[in-house]
Amino acid sequence: MKPFSNLQYAVTASRLANAVINRRELHKSIPPAPTWKLHDKSKFPQVKEITKKQVDQLERLGLVELNNEEGIKSLSEAIESANGLYVVETSTVKPLDTVLETMPLYLRVDEMNDGNCKKDVLKNAAKVEEDYFVAPPGNIPLKSTDKG
Amino acid sequence: MLSLPIREVLKHLKEGKITARDLIELCLKRSEKVKELNIFVTETGELARQQADDSSNRLKSGNEIGPLEGIPIGFKDNFCSNGIRTSCGSRMLANFIPPYHATMIEKTLNNGGVLLGKTNMDEFAMGAGSVDSASGPVRNPWKYKFKSRRHKNNQSEDSKGHVTDKEDDDWLITGGSSGGSAAAVASGVCFGAFGSDTGGSTRIPASFCGVTGLKPSYGRLSRHGLIPLVNSMDVPGIIGKTTEDVATILNCVSGLDLKDSTTLPGSYQPVNLQESIDVKKLHIGIPKEYHAPDTTEDVITTWGQIADMLDNAGAKVSQVSLPYTQYSIKVYSVLCCCEVASNMARYDGIEFGYRGTNEQSTEEMFASSRHHGFNDVVRGRIMAGNYFLLKENYERYFIQAQKIRRLISEDFQKVFKSGVNMLVTPTTINPALPYRYFMEEDNQTRCSQLDVFTQPSNLAGIPALTLPVSLSTDQLPIGIQILAPHLHDDKVLLLGNWIEQQVNFPFLNLDCLDEGV
Repeated sequence: MKPFSNLQYAVTASRLANAVINRRELHKSIPPAPTWKLHDKSKFPQVKEITKKQVDQLERLGLVELNNEEGIKSLSEAIESANGLYVVETSTVKPLDTVLETMPLYLRVDEMNDGNCKKDVLKNAAKVEEDYFVAPPGNIPLKSTDKG
Repeated sequence: MLSLPIREVLKHLKEGKITARDLIELCLKRSEKVKELNIFVTETGELARQQADDSSNRLKSGNEIGPLEGIPIGFKDNFCSNGIRTSCGSRMLANFIPPYHATMIEKTLNNGGVLLGKTNMDEFAMGAGSVDSASGPVRNPWKYKFKSRRHKNNQSEDSKGHVTDKEDDDWLITGGSSGGSAAAVASGVCFGAFGSDTGGSTRIPASFCGVTGLKPSYGRLSRHGLIPLVNSMDVPGIIGKTTEDVATILNCVSGLDLKDSTTLPGSYQPVNLQESIDVKKLHIGIPKEYHAPDTTEDVITTWGQIADMLDNAGAKVSQVSLPYTQYSIKVYSVLCCCEVASNMARYDGIEFGYRGTNEQSTEEMFASSRHHGFNDVVRGRIMAGNYFLLKENYERYFIQAQKIRRLISEDFQKVFKSGVNMLVTPTTINPALPYRYFMEEDNQTRCSQLDVFTQPSNLAGIPALTLPVSLSTDQLPIGIQILAPHLHDDKVLLLGNWIEQQVNFPFLNLDCLDEGV
C-alpha cells in the first residue's frame, strides 16, 4: 500500500468540481454538466432577524439553549435553506406522512403482553426512591440562562 | 481468513478448519491492530468469546446451524443491546444499559451470529462524517498510516483508542453516520455490520470505505430497539464486503416484527443471488438530476463507465428525469429537524440518560441535562425543528416539506411505471475526504453536500444499494448506487451482484498488519 503522502487531492477535487466534463466517451445518458435549475435567491423570502422573544420561546419549547451567536447563525442558515422550498408549487398536493400510507399494517390486539419489569425499567434512572422516578419541583417556568 | 466472504468462512467452520472461537480471536486481534481507527464505542470481547464457544458447540453437534453461525457481526451503537451499554455516540446515553435487544440483534444472534461490539457513530446518527461522536471521530482505513507500520520497532503505548491529538489529523473520514460499522467491515474486523440509514448514513460510509451497503425498503426490517432519529425514514442498514454477504444477512433479519407496527406483514421471499439476472431485459434509468453541482469528475466518469458496461451487456440505458430531486435535500433537512425536535423530547434525565445537576425545578433540570447531554449539532436541529413547527411556520415549512416529499416519491413511481426497472446513480459527490478539509465546514453544510444523492430514497422509502466499483485518481473507493421500486430489494442486490462480478473491485486487505509484529 502506498503511503498517504499529502492532502493534495482535496484541492484537486474542488478545482474539478463544476467543470464541464468533455469526455467524448462519456455514455450518452450521462449529463456532462450539472443539471440543477438555478433560482434567483434574492426572490426567496428573506430570513427575518431572530428576535430575543423568539429565542426565549424556542429555548422554552426545546429545553436547550441557543446560547451563542453560533447557534443563532446556524438556525438562520437552516431557515434560509428551507426558504428555498417556496419556489415549488404545491397547492394541489397532499402532504406525505408515511411511505406506507397505502399499505395494510399489522395491528395487535389491545391486550397487555409484557410486564414484571420494574427492576429493568428503574435501573437506568439516576435517581429513584421506593420504585418511583424522582423529579425536582414542577410548575416553575424556566427562567435563568444559567447553564447548570 | 478475515478477507473471505461469509459463505467461505462458514464452509471453513463447518469443515472444522477453524473454530468459531479461533475466528473471533482473529477478529479481536485485528481490532486491536486497528484500534487507532476508533471503530468501537464498546467492544464486547468476552461476550463474543462466549457466544463463539456456544457456536462451536452447535457446529460440533452436527445439528442444523444458522446461516450466520459463528460469524462476527458489528452493530452501530444506536441498536439497543441487552446488558451492553448503548450510547448512540452521545454523552446523554453514556451510561445507558438497555434491558432488551433490538430485533436486528435478536435475529442476528438467533441465526448464529456473534456480536462483536458496538460501533462508533455521529451523535444520535446526526452527521455524514462520523466526526461528531462523544467517543471521538472514526478514521478511514484506506490510506491510513498505522502506527504499527510507521514505527514498527518502538510502538508507543499512548493510544487509548480515542482521538484527542489535534496535530494528528492527516487521515480520511469514513463518512457517516455509521462510520464505525463501515470501517469495521473494510478493515476485516468483522464480516458484516449493521448501520442505520435515515438520509444515507449506511451508504455514505460504505462508499467511502469501499464496501457494500444496503438501505432496505422502509417496512422491510424492524426498527424495534433502534434509537429513533426520523421515524418516517429510519431503516436499519446492512454493510458487508460483497452483495452476497449483505444478502445473507438481509435474509436472516427481514420480515414482520410484532414489536414494530411499520414492518410489513406477508411472507418474505429470501433473496437468492444464484438466480442470474438477465441484463439484456433490463431498462436502466440514469436520472439526469444526479449530476448535481460540485460532483467530482472521477465520480461522473465512474458513473459513465457503469452505464457503458450495462449498455454493452445489452441493457437499455436511457436518461430519465426526477425533476424534484434538487429540492430533496431541503425537504429532508426540514423533516429531519422536525422529527428530531419531537424524538429528542424523551431525553429529560428522569427515566434514563444523563441527569443534569440543576435541581431547582423540573424544567431547569431538564434543560441542564439536555445542555450537557447533547452536542451542538443535536441542539441545533432541535432548535430548527421547533422553529419549523411553530404555529405560524407549520404550514410554510413542515407541511410544504411533506408536500414536496410526495412529489419526490411520485417522481420515482412515475419513472418506474414508465418501464424503467432500476436507476443507477453515484452514491456521493466525491470519494472520502480528508478530516482536516472536512472540518472546515460545519455539520449542517457537510450533510447537505454528502446526503444529496442518498436521502431521496429515504423520502420515498425505496431500496438503495451502494457498492464499490472503482478507485479514484487518488486511489480511493468510488461507490455506485442502485435504486429500485419499494420492496424490490432483491433487484438491487441482483444487479449489484452482476456489476460486482464485472468490476473486480480491489477490496482493502490489511493482512499486512498481522505480519511479524
